[in-house]
Amino acid sequence: MRFVNETFIVWRRQMRLNLRNPAWVIIGLTQPILYLALFGPLLEPLAAQIGADNAYTFFVPGLLVQLGLFGALFAGFGLISEWREGVIEAERVTPASRTALLLGRVLRDVVLLAVQGIVLIGIGFLFGLRGSIGGMLFGLLLVILLGAACSAGSNALALTVKSEDVMAPILNSISLPVLLLAGILLPISARSGAPDWLIVASDFVPVKYTVNAVRDVFTGVFASSSVLWGTVWTIVLFAVGLWVGTRTFRKENA
Amino acid sequence: MPVITARALARTFHTKRGREKTDVVAVTGVDLDVDEGEIVGFLGPNGAGKTTTLRMLTTLLKPTSGSAQVAGYDVASQASEVRRNIGYVSQSGSTSGDARAGEEVVDHGLLYGIPRAQAERRGRELFDQLELDGMWDRAPKTLSGGQRRRLDIAMGLVHDPTLVFLDEPTTGLDPQARANLWVHISDLRQRLGSTVFLTTHYLDEADALCDRILVIDHGAIVASGTPEALKREVSGDLIELTVASDTELGTASRVLGGLGEVSATDRTVSVRTPTAGRELAGLIRALDAAGVIPESVEVRRPTLDDVFLNLTGRSLREDA
Repeated sequence: MRFVNETFIVWRRQMRLNLRNPAWVIIGLTQPILYLALFGPLLEPLAAQIGADNAYTFFVPGLLVQLGLFGALFAGFGLISEWREGVIEAERVTPASRTALLLGRVLRDVVLLAVQGIVLIGIGFLFGLRGSIGGMLFGLLLVILLGAACSAGSNALALTVKSEDVMAPILNSISLPVLLLAGILLPISARSGAPDWLIVASDFVPVKYTVNAVRDVFTGVFASSSVLWGTVWTIVLFAVGLWVGTRTFRKENA
Repeated sequence: MPVITARALARTFHTKRGREKTDVVAVTGVDLDVDEGEIVGFLGPNGAGKTTTLRMLTTLLKPTSGSAQVAGYDVASQASEVRRNIGYVSQSGSTSGDARAGEEVVDHGLLYGIPRAQAERRGRELFDQLELDGMWDRAPKTLSGGQRRRLDIAMGLVHDPTLVFLDEPTTGLDPQARANLWVHISDLRQRLGSTVFLTTHYLDEADALCDRILVIDHGAIVASGTPEALKREVSGDLIELTVASDTELGTASRVLGGLGEVSATDRTVSVRTPTAGRELAGLIRALDAAGVIPESVEVRRPTLDDVFLNLTGRSLREDA
C-alpha cells in the first residue's frame, strides 16, 4: 500500500511537470502523424505487394511501435536534468521505495504513450484505417508494454551515465538499426523481396515480433504464431526492462 | 547522548579507465561523535572526503568498511529508519526549475509518509520562517540563489527531522545571502532544537556557526574541537610588519627575532607570539631605536585558516 502510494506521488508529480510543458508530448505525437500523412500515401499502391488489404492496418501498427519505442527510449533525458537539479538525490534521501521512484516515471511514459497511441489510431481512421477494434486495443497494450520496457531501460541508462553527451550516441546507435530491422516502415520478408541475409538479421531483433503481432491483431487475426511470439517477446522485453531498471535504481551508489 | 556515531567509516571507489582498474580511497577511516543539539562543522578542502562521508551518514552511499549509527539506527542495515529521522540538504539543490515551490515541498513531505494537510501546513510555516512568503506558487527557476537555497532547506525540514545535514549550504551565494542563511541555520537549533551537521570549506562560516569543528583532510579527521580551542593550538597571535626597504627588512627581522621564529617575505616580516598585546609597545620602541619606521603594523588573532595550515601544512584557500 505504501509502495502504491509512493509510486502515485512520483507519477503525479511527473505528470504535472509534463502537462505544464507539453511541448515534447506534442512533438512526440506530431512525428507519427507526419509519417502517416507524408509517407502513408506512398504505401497505398504497395499494399497488395506487402501482403495487406488495407495499407493502414499495416502502417499504423508500425508507427505505433515506433511511438512506443522512441518516445520512451528518450524519456531518460528528462531524468538526467532532474539528476542535475538534485531532484533524484532529494527523492533518494526519503524513505520512499527506490522501485517506486522508477515506476512513477515509467507510468508517466505509459500514460503519455496510451494517449498518443489512441490519437494516432483515431487519425489513422481519417486516412482509411479499418480493422478490428479489439485487436487495436490489444495491439496498443503490446505497444504500451514495449514502451514501459524502453522507459525503464532508458531511465536506468540515464541514471548510470548521467550525461546527455554519452546517452545520445548510445540511444541513436540502438534506435536506428532497430527501426530498420524491425520492419517498422516496410516489412522484411520474402514477400516484400528482402534478401535472405536481411531476413536472418531481422530475426534477431525482438521488436520485429512485436510489430508483426500488432499488425496481425489489427486485422482481427489473434490465433497466429506471429501473435503468440510477438506477445511472448513483448512480455520478455517488459520483464527485462523493469528488472534492469529496478536493479539500477536500487543500487546504493547510483 | 550522541545522535551520530561513526567508527572507522571508510569508502573506496573502484574506477575503471579503459582496462586499468584503480581504487580511489575517498575516506580512509572516520571516527566521529555528534551530540544532540550540537551544530557541528565538517571543514576541509574540496576533495578531502567531506561529501563522501556525508553521503555515507545519510545512507546515500554504502560504506566499504566501518560502521555508523545515525539518529539511533545503523546506516547500513536500517537505512529506511535513518532516512525517516534525518533531513538532508544537498549541494546540488532539490527542486525542478519548472515545478512550483510549494508543490515540491508538499510532494517531498508525502514521500516521507506524512499526511497531505500536515505537509502543507508545515511547508507554509517553513516558507514563513525562511522568508519565502509569496513564493509558494513560484517556479524555483525564477527564485534568486539565496531563495532557492532556503527552499532546499524547507524541503529538508518538511518532515520535522531532529537531525539535519547540510552540504556546503552557502556555496555560490553572495555575502549578504550567506549571512542571512547563517541566521536561519542557527535558528534551526534555537527554534526546533535540531542537531545540525554541515560541511563547508569556508572558515568564516565554520567560525560563525559551529559549536565544534571537525577538520578533515585526505579522507581522515585531523582535528576536532571548538573554533576557539583549535585556534589556541596555533601558538599565539601574529604580528606582521611591512617596511619600506630591504635594509629595513633586515633590521626589522633582527628585532622581531627576539620574540620567536621570524618569517619574512618581500617587504613583510612576521612572528608568532602568545602575548602580542604586551610585546607591541616594546617592539615599536626597539624598531624606532634601530631607525625603522614600519609602513604598517598588524596584529592578527589566529584564524581557522592558520589552524588548517598548522594541521596540514597547506592553506585551505589554495584548494577552495
